[in-house]
Amino acid sequence: MPDHRTATPDPMTVPSASLPATGDDRLWYVYAVGRAEEALRAVARETSGLYGEPLHAIECEGLAVLASPVPAADFHEQALKAQLEQLDRLETLARIHDGVVARAGTRTTVLPMRLATVYVDTERVAEMLRQGSGQFTSLLAHLTGHQEWGVKVYALAAPATPPSSPVSRASAGPERSVSPGRAFLQERRAQRRSRQDAFRAAGAVAARVTDTATAFARDRVAHRPQQGGPLATKAGENISNEAYLVPVEHAAAFRDELTALGDAEAGVHVEVTGPWAPYSFATPGNAAAAGRGAEHGRDPDEGQDHVE
Amino acid sequence: MSSESVWARNEADEDLLGGRQVALIDLLDRLLNGGAVLTGDLVLSVADVDLVRINLRAVIHSITPDSPSPW
Repeated sequence: MPDHRTATPDPMTVPSASLPATGDDRLWYVYAVGRAEEALRAVARETSGLYGEPLHAIECEGLAVLASPVPAADFHEQALKAQLEQLDRLETLARIHDGVVARAGTRTTVLPMRLATVYVDTERVAEMLRQGSGQFTSLLAHLTGHQEWGVKVYALAAPATPPSSPVSRASAGPERSVSPGRAFLQERRAQRRSRQDAFRAAGAVAARVTDTATAFARDRVAHRPQQGGPLATKAGENISNEAYLVPVEHAAAFRDELTALGDAEAGVHVEVTGPWAPYSFATPGNAAAAGRGAEHGRDPDEGQDHVE
Repeated sequence: MSSESVWARNEADEDLLGGRQVALIDLLDRLLNGGAVLTGDLVLSVADVDLVRINLRAVIHSITPDSPSPW
């Protein structure tokens, strides 16, 4: 996979001593929920979270949540909003959050939390586990043995020639006699046709992508296509942006077959990303879908490796 | 603790996860739209996160001079 790394701030460590050990000055940031097993406890022992603080596995009802303390000053509503609107801060937070979740995901099945989920104290975290235990258990069973993979389809339109450029006028050749206005319109039409062709081809590939990927996957979620902007990493226009929940044993075939669909069509690119922790399959909207597959009879205590 | 403090990166993770450096835009698709949304005594409510998200959308999906709208 190409390196799309965006610049990140230099690693900086805030000494743990700067965090109050207890009291109202700190909050608990939660990363992921899993089963209360040794694999998850080991992740907590070996990993640090935001501010370099050690992770804690807070357990309740056979489940455990990975959490670490954060300063209340940075995570109260207004402070957090201000920080998240700075892209470098957001990126640091997102990468540390994903770092913890991904690391846990290489050891066992975890349910990732949405970014910036913060509780007042560990009792409230445990209470959240108790209240959600039925849903968490069912979701974890649904996710076990699976990885999330992303699939994006791009239309790569031919580079547009500015209609008024002398080169394009000269190249009009036999049509030189047409008026400049008409030549301009003809050129615009030709460009539009080329764009339409690229989009038609990409649309056809996107449909094949969905068919092929669905055959492998247990679940599918469509994200909004990515619309350029400062974070865009790819040439061309993103026309579909989907996530699939794929059994680990089919992951390699999934990636290869989908990538090949893009290679087979000029002007279309298919990008496959992953494996991801199952972020796209952890939302309440997917709980109903989770129910469908939950009884497919995997041992819920079976530790699953999500190693690449 | 002041808001000048910086979230520390986890250098051990960089080693463990090796080449797994992902595009921020793909990560934000997942972290801002996915992940379990919890209930209970949250300090930060889901509605607050939604507010944050709206502002971020403007950053993430804005059309820049370098990638103008194709139409």
